[in-house]
Amino acid sequence: MQLPDAESMLHALVEQMRPNMTADTALVGIHTGGVWLAERLHKALGLTQPLGCIDVSFYRDDYGSKGLHPQPQRSGIPFDVDGTPIVIVDDVLYTGRTTRAALNELFDYGRPSRVDLAVLVDRGGRELPIAARYCAHTLAEPLAADQSLQLERNPSGKLELGLINA
Amino acid sequence: MRNPQLNEHGELQHLLSLDGLPKSVLTAILDTAEPFTEVAEREVKKLPLLRGKSVFNVFFENSTRTRTTFEIAAKRLSADVINLNVATSSTKKGETLLDTVDNLCAMQADMFVVRHESSGAPYLIAEHLHNTGRHHIRVVNAGDGRHAHPTQGLLDMFTIRHYKKDFHNLTVAIVGDVLHSRVARSQIAALTTLGVPEVRVIAPRTLLPTDVERMGVRVFNDMHEGLKDVDVVMMLRLQNERMNGALLPSPQEFFKVWGLTMEKLARARPDAIVMHPGPMNRGVEIDSAVADGGQAVILPQVTFGIAVRMAVMSMLAGS
Repeated sequence: MQLPDAESMLHALVEQMRPNMTADTALVGIHTGGVWLAERLHKALGLTQPLGCIDVSFYRDDYGSKGLHPQPQRSGIPFDVDGTPIVIVDDVLYTGRTTRAALNELFDYGRPSRVDLAVLVDRGGRELPIAARYCAHTLAEPLAADQSLQLERNPSGKLELGLINA
Repeated sequence: MRNPQLNEHGELQHLLSLDGLPKSVLTAILDTAEPFTEVAEREVKKLPLLRGKSVFNVFFENSTRTRTTFEIAAKRLSADVINLNVATSSTKKGETLLDTVDNLCAMQADMFVVRHESSGAPYLIAEHLHNTGRHHIRVVNAGDGRHAHPTQGLLDMFTIRHYKKDFHNLTVAIVGDVLHSRVARSQIAALTTLGVPEVRVIAPRTLLPTDVERMGVRVFNDMHEGLKDVDVVMMLRLQNERMNGALLPSPQEFFKVWGLTMEKLARARPDAIVMHPGPMNRGVEIDSAVADGGQAVILPQVTFGIAVRMAVMSMLAGS
């Protein structure tokens, strides 16, 4: 399967989001790919609120069966969540469970005025009632469960999509 | 021999001792504890990991700080916490250790945090759970006799890494009553596993185990020599309650020779940190000027202890 170019998708995502950005809009990236993406969006959109990041390891719903995700990262929300419009940023939208975990975590910091979701790719296969307001590309056919799609960042900072067949 | 702490995949099942745990496991615990420190800064200081689990703090020996920090850690992970001060109840009425455990299992315990005055009691419980097929119940050693206090050892390592970043070029001195100290044993095991090149113990010969050199440490019987150029000073509490017989002349005399004062601390590196597991005996092993001074990291140790215990409990409960 031919994967779309991540850099051009990023450009498309910026244009989708731009009309709705306000002075107090804040971005929160989900580790790890979502944080890379959020850093680029934050710069391209010229947002003034500092960038937040979330690692959902402590909120995953498969903890009971799979245990704690190895090497969890520190979450950091360097702005007041109460009353702030927030866009959660992730590289790939799949089952929706990561987004659910991120929402739960976000609300432990406060009550945002609204929350949207921005993703580079929707790969299908949703298991929860979650949709992205901003999405650069939706795959025509959902990927199989044993395939893994994720963002990679090469040493020069360029973003690329990688498909791994398990 | 089966290591009761690890399952067949090398994952932590129980935390009983730092002795025999590989570097990879120790490092994984410290790495996992790192993001837990951030939870204390949130509006809602709670994570859902242990939601619906029952954690029993079973303390056969008194402790305030350790029990409280375990309780806070479990509560921040959303567990239901039951504190049992067994020293003053069942045991006094004659119930055996394993009968107490069986009764708590019948109350659907998921995890035991155990403090006991006898070395090996947490092992006995873990083996009993294994032999009776209760493989889902976890045991954390919160201090057993003179043997081990693994979460204290881990929080000490977390503190050292926080201030010194790396273990590989450090000189660390453990000072005081090594003989009676389970904390010292856990510290020595962790420091050597994590690659600290020089671990010193500084104590009078009467307060050192006879085979202490075999633990891979350099022994000093003089504070001025032993503290020279160290990066980390780990003080131990003088354990009056564990001493039988006259190992020491008097607390005042001990302070004069072995107590950490500013003058003795000046022998260490200028950026050396001073640690103490608590509770401190001011004027016995440590002078107030040091305990309250700029090099002391004794209160941060307590705070880090919560994150480290959260990491241990969430790694155990999810494995």
